[in-house]
Amino acid sequence: MNRLNDVTKGIWEKNPILVLGIGLCPTLAVTTSVSNALWMTLATSFVLIGSNILVSLIKNFVPSHIRIAIFITIIASFVTIVELTLKGFQPEVYKSLGIFIPLIVVNCIILGRAEEFASKNTVFRSILDAIGMGLGFGLTLTVLAFFRETLGANKLFGYTLIPGMKPALAMILAPGAFFTLGLMLWAMNAIKSRKKDKANGN
Amino acid sequence: MEIKILFTILISTIFINNYVLSRILGLCPFLGVSQKLETATGMGFAVIFVMTMASFFTYVIYKYVLFPLDITYLRTISFIIIIASLVQLVEMVIEKFSPDLYQSLGIFLPLITTNCAVLGVAVLNIDSGFVTADLGLLKTLVQGFGAGVGFTIALVLMAGIRERLELADIPPNLKGFPLSFIIAGLLALAFLGFSGMKI
Repeated sequence: MNRLNDVTKGIWEKNPILVLGIGLCPTLAVTTSVSNALWMTLATSFVLIGSNILVSLIKNFVPSHIRIAIFITIIASFVTIVELTLKGFQPEVYKSLGIFIPLIVVNCIILGRAEEFASKNTVFRSILDAIGMGLGFGLTLTVLAFFRETLGANKLFGYTLIPGMKPALAMILAPGAFFTLGLMLWAMNAIKSRKKDKANGN
Repeated sequence: MEIKILFTILISTIFINNYVLSRILGLCPFLGVSQKLETATGMGFAVIFVMTMASFFTYVIYKYVLFPLDITYLRTISFIIIIASLVQLVEMVIEKFSPDLYQSLGIFLPLITTNCAVLGVAVLNIDSGFVTADLGLLKTLVQGFGAGVGFTIALVLMAGIRERLELADIPPNLKGFPLSFIIAGLLALAFLGFSGMKI
């Protein structure tokens, strides 16, 4: 039960984007299409799992006053692995995600989990935590990208949905990203407060 | 002629490709430090300084160390270390000269390290091909400075709006993050108007 909770807490209760409000830049910037969102999730999850494992393995040897520098270096190494792998095997993806691949380094989710979870827990639990956070991140990105791609480009996975309809271009640009996430957060707050009301018997 | 190019880079990084509202970079401080106008201004100036310095150092290191030695794959790691040290420096300077500002910026000062706009501008300088261009260093500096100014403008605008919203009657579920995002969306929509600008 406890182990299961390590995974599921990342999806809803402690969702990195919707609840903790971290890792926002890649969330908003790459969700112009669902396939971009999925690739970004894959890349970020890989770095997250890798850094969580390594940080948890070395947690007893790291002097606490330089731990952040060490964590950042570990994360940057995993990001470099992802960068070179994508460049070599998926040049298309590498091109469309652009600078947001190197920017995975400064995704607060990864450093946050290293500091808050992996540096205090066992390797196994850290892996579960990373998987859960990755899933939460991925689900949010996919929902966001789904709305933006369908409304902003009239497409899904690159296929046109309604031929002849002119899409709302602003949705695929920066304003659409902000609006969509704002509305998602609003909906989430509404669901939460309704649950709370029910629990109080109103 | 060169002046014209530099001016174009400056205007385009501040308005047309505003780092926050058009490229969507640096959102954590944008949402975190925009509650008060005064803190927002302080943060803005710190970011301008860090971005300009970071552009300079990352450019020099890339051009004269990483590139000649053919170890450009170390780009991400070396850039993040340079930025982290710079931020540490700025933190010490602010703590010494303006303890009030240091207090109010609080946790967000060390967080400039993880401000993706700073690493973003460093990486974009390299990706824009400034390394091999004429006057590359000057262009890099202008782009770094412009990115910082653009960030500050967005932050100050946001803080001004949020200060007024303190007194407004807002539906409880919309308070905080959701409303901030919707405001940011409206600001971004306004900045979209600059994209038609021809220089």
